[in-house]
Amino acid sequence: MATIDLEAVAKSFGPVHVLEPVDLQIRSGEFVVLVGPSGCGKSTLLRMIAGLEEASSGDIRIAGERVNEVPPKDRNIAMVFQSYALYPHMTVAQNMSYSLKLRKTAKERIAEAVKGAAETLGLSKLTERRPRALSGGQRQRVAMGRAIVRRPQAFLFDEPLSNLDARLREQMRAEIKKLHARLGATSIYVTHDQIEAMTLADRIVALDAGKIQQIGTPLDLYQRPANRFVAGFIGSPAMNFVSGTYRAAAAGRPVHLQADHAALPVPDLDRPDGHAVTVGIRPEHVLVEPGDAPGTIGCGVELVEPTGMGTIVHLRLGDVALKAYRPGYTEWTAGQRVHVRLPREHMHIFDEASGARIEPAGSGRSPGLSEWPAATKLD
Amino acid sequence: MAAVARRRIAGTLAHRAAILLYILVALFPLFWLLKVSVTPNPLLYSEGVRLWPSQTSFEHFAFVIRNSDFPLFFRNSLIVSLSTAVIVTIIAAGAGYAMSRFSFRGKLWLVGLLLVTQMFPLVMLIAPIFRMLTPLGLTNSLTGLVIVYSAFNVPFAVFLMQSFFDAIPKDLDDAAMIDGASRFQAFRQIIVPLTLPGMAATLGFVFTAAWSELLFALMLISRADASTFPVGLLSFVSKFGVNFGQMMAAGVLALIPALLFFLLIQRFLVQGLTAGAVKG
Repeated sequence: MATIDLEAVAKSFGPVHVLEPVDLQIRSGEFVVLVGPSGCGKSTLLRMIAGLEEASSGDIRIAGERVNEVPPKDRNIAMVFQSYALYPHMTVAQNMSYSLKLRKTAKERIAEAVKGAAETLGLSKLTERRPRALSGGQRQRVAMGRAIVRRPQAFLFDEPLSNLDARLREQMRAEIKKLHARLGATSIYVTHDQIEAMTLADRIVALDAGKIQQIGTPLDLYQRPANRFVAGFIGSPAMNFVSGTYRAAAAGRPVHLQADHAALPVPDLDRPDGHAVTVGIRPEHVLVEPGDAPGTIGCGVELVEPTGMGTIVHLRLGDVALKAYRPGYTEWTAGQRVHVRLPREHMHIFDEASGARIEPAGSGRSPGLSEWPAATKLD
Repeated sequence: MAAVARRRIAGTLAHRAAILLYILVALFPLFWLLKVSVTPNPLLYSEGVRLWPSQTSFEHFAFVIRNSDFPLFFRNSLIVSLSTAVIVTIIAAGAGYAMSRFSFRGKLWLVGLLLVTQMFPLVMLIAPIFRMLTPLGLTNSLTGLVIVYSAFNVPFAVFLMQSFFDAIPKDLDDAAMIDGASRFQAFRQIIVPLTLPGMAATLGFVFTAAWSELLFALMLISRADASTFPVGLLSFVSKFGVNFGQMMAAGVLALIPALLFFLLIQRFLVQGLTAGAVKG
């Protein structure tokens, strides 16, 4: 197992910057997930680590050794593709042993490795089949098997579960996690699915528009998103955002919501009067109350979605849509008027213009996270 | 319900009838070729138009094989067509793969140039090609023909092969290279086996094109011992008449290799080898 270090790695196609310079140190045995919407540069970054794309600038080091000019075959890394990329003219066993054959491994050792991997992945009965005779889940397993027989320095996963149905995806996610716990292999996993990122990662790297938005543990990103992009991307149902103006001069220093001019009590901010902000709050923190208690805002219930485990209530506040999540069932029905309370201790405040997180004044938090750049669009 | 079923049956019948009609029209000349080739000379003009002669014989075949230069023409054609097909397919496989997988400077120009070569009527090029080949000693030679045929067939074959490579996911090349293969190993061990149907199609296409080519063979070859069979067929046309029986017999014989060839490669043509490579 090896460390992977990226120093100012960037990619551009002519004048188009696909990826701004990236610095990232991945520890040996760490499971890092690159997450972001499609086109954010996460797959490009992975392919550069694999050697399938050339980095336009910067250094890529695997186990301390600079590999920018090393062809993929000599980087000793394994990769699992979204499309599985199984060799259709080879059997499962041949697919898994191809890399070992290329390395001129002894026949007995190959047979042993394939047998071991097939047992681990529950493929023992299928080793003589061709990929076309396998189901999607089985193909996915063969692709994993092809990676693990080699004992590579690192595993790269490029959206490996995207082509599976929801049930199978959940199952394979757990298996990948178990496999990682057992092999302890350095892994880089690319996905656009924030649940996969949250459940699998030791550390998440959130990317948008070719820029790293935040690096941290799953709970870091969930609890203290560095900017509006991360706040909106991580978590499902997604965080609610309402725009407003910070009134430092008014009593209680509230945020006046543009939606219905309600004064929303927020934490004290180190910002001047009239500063435009976005208030974010997660659906599970939105409290829905029947009565018109002080500090609540009146809303209409638009839609109620019971998920079984809980209920998502869609609310409308002026022209802003809000979502509230309650475990279990609720008695709210569509068309009803309710009042919501947005507890200030669960609020995330972002700069309206830059999208960067604004820490409450005197919170004593290190400014580290708020220094993260806002999501800026690249032309 | 019954009306719907009846309409569906009527539709199917019309469909089959149209196909049958097409097949009849397409195969009729071949049938006529066969019919004339087995009609004895005396009956050829005396029986009028009949679908099948009252008496058949293989005398034309026997004559063509024993007493004419036809076996020699046949051998020449085989050498020229097979060599052309193999050379063109190898070049087209390499070039098609490069066009499919690599982006390089001037690629668009190269594609444009390849297309331009296909725009001129071949007749225009006979004189310059003859002029070029003469000092090189490549007229009256099978090698000269192979070179000319290859040059004419490569551009189309490259486009054909490129489309076959385009149909194979790039992830397979990437997976092979990550597995430890060089680019060439990935091409040879993973991509080529999957493109066999395409290669067979290219091989078959070029083989038939070279096998039936007459214009250049006629212009570049003047000696009988270097003639290919389309040129040889013309030798049955004499000043005083056309020996139709022998000509048709030779024609039937000339069909055999093309038939055999397609019989051999049809396995690859119909096989969908890439099934199961990626999800789809």
